Amino acid sequence: MSHPLFKVIPKEEYFLPGTPACPGCPAALGLRLLLKALGPKTVIVIPACCSSIIQGAYPRSAIKVPLINIAFAASAATASGIAEALELKGIGDANVVVWAGDGGTADIGLQGLSGAAERGHNIIYVCYDNEAYMNTGIQRSGATPYMAWTTTTPTGKREIKKDIPLIVAMHRVPYVATAALAYPQDYVMKLRKAAAKKGFKYIHLLAPCPPGWRFDSSKTIEISRLAVETGTWVLYEIEDGKFRLTGPSKGLIDKSKRKPVAEYLRTQGRFSHLSDEDMAKIQKIVDENWEWIKRWLEG
Amino acid sequence: MRLVLTGNYAAAYAAKAAKVEVVSAYPITPQTQVVEKLSEFIERGEMNARYIRVESEHSAMAACIGAAMAGARVFTATSAHGLIYMSEMLWWAAGARLPIVMGVITRAMAPPWSIWSDHCDLLSLRDIGWIIYFCENAQEVFDTIIQAYKVAENEEVLLPAMVGWDAFQTSHTAEPVDVLSPDEVSKYLPPRRPLPYVIDFERPFTHGSLCYPDRYMEFRYLMDLSMSKAKKAIVEADEEYGDLFGRKYGGVLEKYLCEDAEIAVVTMGVLSGDARYAVDILRKEGYKVGLVRLRVVRPFPSSELKKELKSKKLVCVIDRNISIGRGGILGTEIKALLKNSSANVVNVVAGIGGRDVSYEDIVNIVKRSLDLVEKGEVPEYMWYGIDKEYVVKAVGEYYEPPAL
Amino acid sequence: MESKIKFDLITPISYPGEGSAGATGSWRVFKPIIDREKCRKCLLCWLYCPEAAIRVSEENYPEIIYEYCKGCGICANECPVKAISMVEE
Repeated sequence: MSHPLFKVIPKEEYFLPGTPACPGCPAALGLRLLLKALGPKTVIVIPACCSSIIQGAYPRSAIKVPLINIAFAASAATASGIAEALELKGIGDANVVVWAGDGGTADIGLQGLSGAAERGHNIIYVCYDNEAYMNTGIQRSGATPYMAWTTTTPTGKREIKKDIPLIVAMHRVPYVATAALAYPQDYVMKLRKAAAKKGFKYIHLLAPCPPGWRFDSSKTIEISRLAVETGTWVLYEIEDGKFRLTGPSKGLIDKSKRKPVAEYLRTQGRFSHLSDEDMAKIQKIVDENWEWIKRWLEG
Repeated sequence: MRLVLTGNYAAAYAAKAAKVEVVSAYPITPQTQVVEKLSEFIERGEMNARYIRVESEHSAMAACIGAAMAGARVFTATSAHGLIYMSEMLWWAAGARLPIVMGVITRAMAPPWSIWSDHCDLLSLRDIGWIIYFCENAQEVFDTIIQAYKVAENEEVLLPAMVGWDAFQTSHTAEPVDVLSPDEVSKYLPPRRPLPYVIDFERPFTHGSLCYPDRYMEFRYLMDLSMSKAKKAIVEADEEYGDLFGRKYGGVLEKYLCEDAEIAVVTMGVLSGDARYAVDILRKEGYKVGLVRLRVVRPFPSSELKKELKSKKLVCVIDRNISIGRGGILGTEIKALLKNSSANVVNVVAGIGGRDVSYEDIVNIVKRSLDLVEKGEVPEYMWYGIDKEYVVKAVGEYYEPPAL
Repeated sequence: MESKIKFDLITPISYPGEGSAGATGSWRVFKPIIDREKCRKCLLCWLYCPEAAIRVSEENYPEIIYEYCKGCGICANECPVKAISMVEE
């Protein structure tokens, strides 16, 4: 029977159940939705990350499209090779997708990402950002936010999160967007938009991780939603250079419409050591980011 | 067609003749001419190929891997630091069984910066599952790259291949080269078949996921098995090439005046030309000397070398590389091969960092080696051409490597 | 000529299938139970299931695939009409 939801999110599954993913895993959900959005003519390139495990161990695979595993720093370049060879062979209509974590994107993979973006290969690069090296046991990455506990920042990270979507946008690529799992239609629409454009496209998906962020596995979507509602995570797209807020973020330019950031931070054990002063500083970081967005929107 | 080409240009012409479809490379001295020429061929439309101008060698090999997985015939070239920087991806290419061919213009590693040849860069990667060829001159570079595709794409092999040649002495020295056209080569090298697999949207698969200890080991065993089969494929590819185009190189080894020789000099690469000349001089002086030139390091020509060398009085292995603390890499391997034979192996480390090794030096090396054998004083290995005064100035005295 | 070599066995090739980590339902501590009386068939539970362990019936009811459901509880947490309860195994 048809259902209005199926018009946006196809019923067909390309992510098969019974995977090694942790309960409540945002990477599993993000990949499942991505495959629904892009369909079977998609090849996924995965560097070292949680999804190296989530896909299932040899000789079984949870993924019903071609999937290539590759070394940590190598995903964007590998996808470059695939995209060029497929085009040369007349298969230019396939989606060549990188599915990488924040470590493989913001840190060890940044050079390769920048190179592929600058060269403009026909690739969709998706970073699922769980804000630390979760697969190796919650070590700090360049994408870990200010004051978050990780196993290598036991008293909280002292530096702010590296802003990868904007770094990619500075390469003047045709499409950059952010997404959150609580808003799957927004995420899927952005993936489809990316697929319809030629060139290098980048989507950055916030991926709240139950074991890594220290919250109950049932709260993945709730925390994703709070990240957006508090303005900590901003949903936007930069299409051919034009910046636009999307989804609920559109209504959050006015600070009074945003929930206090503390409501988001208090849901997660990784922020349990925060003082009121720390909370205030994070609120300030978030507010400053919105001031910047406001100025950008005003041109 | 006969052209005057450097080794590097010969490599570019070979990639063109082999109808390479994707080139991905990053510039490094002394490799640059290879990829400059290829980019010219591609931009002029003389090759139906894509050139991916990557931002690093790590990415160069990653893009080669991606393109090969999508079914393309791919080529790259690099040197020294570029080779070592891409080494992680070299393991990946071999483990994924992709028939990639790469030119390696050997160059010494820093520090200190050096752009001149030795073989430490290439030979440090001898254990990872790539076929390793080494050429003596520009013509051989051209012929070997084409042969390497034939071997790498052989369904019993399916391993990537490196083709080495020496910095400047081969890479930048122009000489007449017989160049075959893509049409001529197509009689020898058919289009790449989709082996061992290519990305297929109708029959999706996952490549390279986590593999437990109950199966990983078989994949390594199968690589080792294929590498051992590569030897036959290399010999056959060389024979067939010779039959079609009139040039062959003896398969895995090239032998010069070996039949009646009591002394064998073993070399690799451009030094071999001087070694051949040294053999002629020594012959005139009455020494029964021959030359064995290794054309292939992996698969190692163990049985061929053993057969050739086991009854020699002296086997003088000149290594243009040093495994620090162990000696020359080829010498070490050949000593292991000949341990139960009567042959005396003298391993000489020479020509490191581009230090010149002339034919006179090789005559010297052979005479000194013979002297050591006659005195029963064969060392584990020895360095040739070290400035002893400098060493004494630096550390107070000069040490010979320990004698056996 | 057909080759004797199985090319997908000489290199680590995996093929898609359910249960790549086995019957992951055994991981479950709490079991989600859907109350069909309360269910309004919005399918948000299906949409948000990270494991693809909820299927949709012919009548558009969500059905938990207990063989694989790990009991993360997202479906119960997100259900707008509280039609899903988590019951200890």
